[in-house]
Parts: sequence; C-alpha cells; structure tokens
Amino acid sequence: MSTLEAHVIGVAPAFTGPSRWKRVRHFVGSHPLFVIGLSMFVIIVVAALAAPLIATHDPLAIKFSEKLQPPSADHYLGTDSMGRDIFSRVVYGARTSLMVGVVVVGLAIGIGAPMGLLAAYFGGRVDTVMMRVADVFLAFPPLLLPIAITAAIGAGLFHAMIALAISWFPWYARIMRSSVLRVKSELYVSAARAMGVNHTNVMVRHAVPNALTPVVVQGSLDFGYVILAAASLSFIGIGAQPPDIEWGLMAAAERAKFLDFPWTVLCPGLAIFVTVLAVNLVGDGIRDLLDPKHQEFK
Amino acid sequence: MYRYIAQRLLLLVVTLIGVATITFFLSRVLPGSPVEMMIGFHPTAEQIAAAKKELGLDQPLHRQYVRFVSEAIRGDFGISLRTKQPVVEEIGRRSLATIELTLLTTLLLVAVGVPVGVISAVHSNSPIDHTVRTLSIAGVAFPVFIVGMLLQMLFYGKLGWLPLQGRLSSEVYLDHQFARVTGMFLIDTLLARDYVAFRDAAAHIVLPLATLTLVTLPLVTRITRNLMMEVLQEDYVRTALAYGMPRRVVYYRYALKAMLIPLMTVVGLTLGFLLGGSVVVEFVFDWPGLGGYVARSIAASDFPAAVGVTLVLASAYLSVNLVVDLLYFVADPRLRRA
Repeated sequence: MSTLEAHVIGVAPAFTGPSRWKRVRHFVGSHPLFVIGLSMFVIIVVAALAAPLIATHDPLAIKFSEKLQPPSADHYLGTDSMGRDIFSRVVYGARTSLMVGVVVVGLAIGIGAPMGLLAAYFGGRVDTVMMRVADVFLAFPPLLLPIAITAAIGAGLFHAMIALAISWFPWYARIMRSSVLRVKSELYVSAARAMGVNHTNVMVRHAVPNALTPVVVQGSLDFGYVILAAASLSFIGIGAQPPDIEWGLMAAAERAKFLDFPWTVLCPGLAIFVTVLAVNLVGDGIRDLLDPKHQEFK
Repeated sequence: MYRYIAQRLLLLVVTLIGVATITFFLSRVLPGSPVEMMIGFHPTAEQIAAAKKELGLDQPLHRQYVRFVSEAIRGDFGISLRTKQPVVEEIGRRSLATIELTLLTTLLLVAVGVPVGVISAVHSNSPIDHTVRTLSIAGVAFPVFIVGMLLQMLFYGKLGWLPLQGRLSSEVYLDHQFARVTGMFLIDTLLARDYVAFRDAAAHIVLPLATLTLVTLPLVTRITRNLMMEVLQEDYVRTALAYGMPRRVVYYRYALKAMLIPLMTVVGLTLGFLLGGSVVVEFVFDWPGLGGYVARSIAASDFPAAVGVTLVLASAYLSVNLVVDLLYFVADPRLRRA
C-alpha cells in the first residue's frame, strides 16, 4: 500500500511502517543494479560536498613546472597542461555537474509542471495554446535546441543551464498534463469540487500530489542525460568557461595533446561516465519503485 | 489523405516560424546582446551605435522581428561576422559533409541496431539479451566526445590504421581534383573512378561514423526490442508459431512488418539525436560539416552564422519527420483509404 493511499483512506501510519520497510527491503534485494548505482551516487555526492577535504591540491593552482605529469603518489591522476592536479579538479568537477543536473531538472520541472497543470486542469483554449507552445520547443532536435539557445544568448555555464532547462521543460509540461488529466477524472477531485473547495486548493492539495509521480520519475531519468548534455556543451566550447571546473571543459582543454597524455582527457571522461551511469541506475530503480506498471524489460 | 498532407505542411510552416520566433526573442530578451558579441567588451558609444545600425537594432522591436523572420524564411541569414561571407553560402558548402555522415550512420543504425534489438527481444532474458541490455545501459552513459577520443587513441594513436581527423588527407585533397558532383566524397570519388581518393575518403569517415553510430545504437536497439516484445504478444504471432511456421519467417516477415511504422518513426526521431550528436562528433574529428561550424560560431560569438545554421538544422529535422509521417501512407495501405 502506498503512503498516498494510506493518507486517503486514513490508515494510521503505524500500520504502514513495517510493510513499507518490508517493501523497500524486497525492492533492494531484487534490484542489485539500483543498490550499486545508489552507492556510487552517494559516494559522488559526498565527494562533491567534501571536495575541499578530499582534494589534495588547489584545483586552480597553475604550476607549469609540473605540467603533464603522469599519475603518481603526489598527483593521483597526474597533472594537466597547466600543471594543475587532475584528481583535485575531478573531485571539484563533481560539484559542477551535480549542480547543473539539479538546477536544470529543477528549473525544467518548475516551469513545465505548472504549465501542464494549468493546461490540463482548465483545458480548452488554455490547453491548446500552452501545448502548441510546448510543441514548438519539442520540434527541435535534442541537444540542438540548447545549442540554438546558447547561440542566441552567448556561451557560458549559466547560459547553458538556462538553455538546457528551456529545452527540457516542454517534456514535463506534457507529462504533467497527461498525469493531471488522469487524476482529474478521479472521484475525490469531483468530491472536493462538490464540497465547495476552490480551484487553487483542489489543484494544490489534490491534483498535484497525486499527479507528480510520473514527473519525478522522468526527472530522475533525465538527470544523467542533462549532465551528459552539459558536458558536451562545455566540450564544444559553448558551456562552462575557464576558470569553471567542469569535466567536459577539462577534456576539451587537453584536446591538443591527448594522444601523448591520455590521462588528461580520460580521467574527466571516466568521471562523467561513472556519474551518469550511477544516476541512470538510480533513475531506473526509482521508476521501478514508483511506477510498478512500467515493465520495460519483462 | 491530401487534406492531412496539407495540414502537416501548414503545421511545418507554423512550427518553423515559431522556431525562428523563439530564437529571435531569446536573443533580444535574455542577457548578452548580439552587439556585445559582435564588437566585444568595452566598446565606445559610436561603435555601439554603428553596430546596432548594421544589425538593424535601432529599429523598434516589432519591426526587427518581422524583418528577422521574413529574411530567415527567404534563407537570408545575413553575413557571418567571422568569415565576412553570406551565411547561406557557408551552409551550402558544409551541409553535404553533414548529410553524408548522418545518412551513413542512419543506414548503419538500421542495419545493426534493428537486428540486435530483434534478437534481444526474441531471446528475451537469455545471456544474449542480458549482454545487449548491459551494453546499452553502459553505452548511454558515455559522453560522445570520449567515445570519439578513445577511438582516435586506439585506431590512430596505437594501431595507426586510420587518420586522426578531417575529410581527406591534404595530399589527396591537392592532387586529386575529382568533380564535386553531389558533395558527398564517397559518391563523388566513385563517380570519378578515383579509387585512391575513395579509399582516403572512406578511411576518414570510419571513425566519426563509428562514434556517431555507437552513441546512438543503444537507443535504437532498446526501442526496437521493446516494440518487438509488444508485437510478439500478438495473437497472430502465436497462431503462426502454433501452425509450425519457421521462427525466422514469423519474426522477420510477420512481426517485423508490423513494426515498420513505429520503426520509421524511430528512425526519424533518431535523426534528431544524430544532428545533435554530429555537432560534437564533427568538433572532435574536425569534420567540415554544419555541426562543427555551429559550435565554433557560437564560441566565437558569430551570431548570424550560429542562428542560421541552427534554423537550417531544425528545419531539416522537421522536414525529415514530415517525410517519415508521409511514408506511413506507403507502408500502410489502410491509411491511404482513410
């Protein structure tokens, strides 16, 4: 039984406690990939938060006398062409990528979900106008819309984040819309209206909590893709700019000599891979947990 | 049917105007104006005024908008700030390199991704299926540029089998003047019967092609697999199997045919990923197409070029998807009667 159902039919929380715990334990036991992904993700988050403690060097300190050193006891992952410690930069880079993921997905949901809610709840012309607007955004090839927006507003990490959020919000508008449409026909919504609850309260207290699950699921699945897209934008020179510490930018900066000094690009590249993999595994797990009907691999 | 086609064409035009509108307003509303990009930091007042006049920014907003959209529709994107040449000419010169790359990738994706997806679905939960799925999960987590650079390290750095980047070696470029009939070097060199140049062009396209294919393959495989799983649940598949028809016939003739329309949609949408991915791939391999050009234009704050190319790429994507939708009529005779 879900907490929402428990809430609606008024089962005391004491009864849901053990069964929920059992359910989580069962889920964890049957989803080893989720556990692996979650552990990886927790390590990355801790590393990002505790970056100043973990980093062995100042990530910005340039020391040409130590440039392009292979991995050693002093520099765990070697140094880049400006003599900066790659291990410390990779650790600090986790902050940037996680921040980008959180901000972009948060903004996209923040814009898209209210739009979808209004469109679905009021229907009619509001719905048509909003969804046509969303369709225009969806008409762009993915990754090309962020590129187009960055083209219009100029390069930079902040601009790239805005661009990514603008490209992503129509998806959340669509998902939220269809989800609210489903909830709207439920009895408890009609009942609330019949009891004289006003539109705002029905939306905020009844429609939103029950319609949000697909949005959360999609958000967790998109998180990794956003990190990848942001790294790609930085790599081609239109995202993060020096002195930002960003993995895609780190790889791009060492492009000239990467054949001779492979660790300079492989370390940030591997960091992206591990992070996105962890996030995707967690996202898949969250989807299975919150949306039991979804059985892609069955 | 004709009414539907007319509707779709109208929708295409409306969407394109919408796309141009978004680009226009973003460039005017959000911080960072084209003027700053054009003349850099700390300009004098006269420089700003002159630049504004040149870009038409001294006019009221609604007039700027009408001018921008009407020029964009006619294909006039202005003069590139970097190369001082009309953006349309730059696009014309580069578009075929991108078309050659994305077209070949699409063919390869269909040739590899679809059979792998079908096999994975038919043998679901077998070791083959698990391998395919694990590879897909890992595959989508790789950044495009790292895949490209890894291939460069292996096939150029370690093995020395393939060239690092570019579209032709400079010797071949200078000595072999084959006619640029189609603009796609693989075809042009064959038409000219210049096999040395053909081998050179082929060697150059292998790595960008492989990179673009590898990063899109998990997507195509997974969608094909899921579509196939659905079709395999159908009654007629079970019936055919019960009649003892060879499995190969059932899977590849009956089931695959039922997947034709969804698969066409997938291919159309994949093109979107390819166009986005080609920006990075062309950047990594110095492929002289539109993708690398748009990236460099943005980085150099070349506003007309960047906006022009993105509009062209977006229209290409929309047009291809329109063609895909119209091909439904070819694939499914039932739709023609409706």
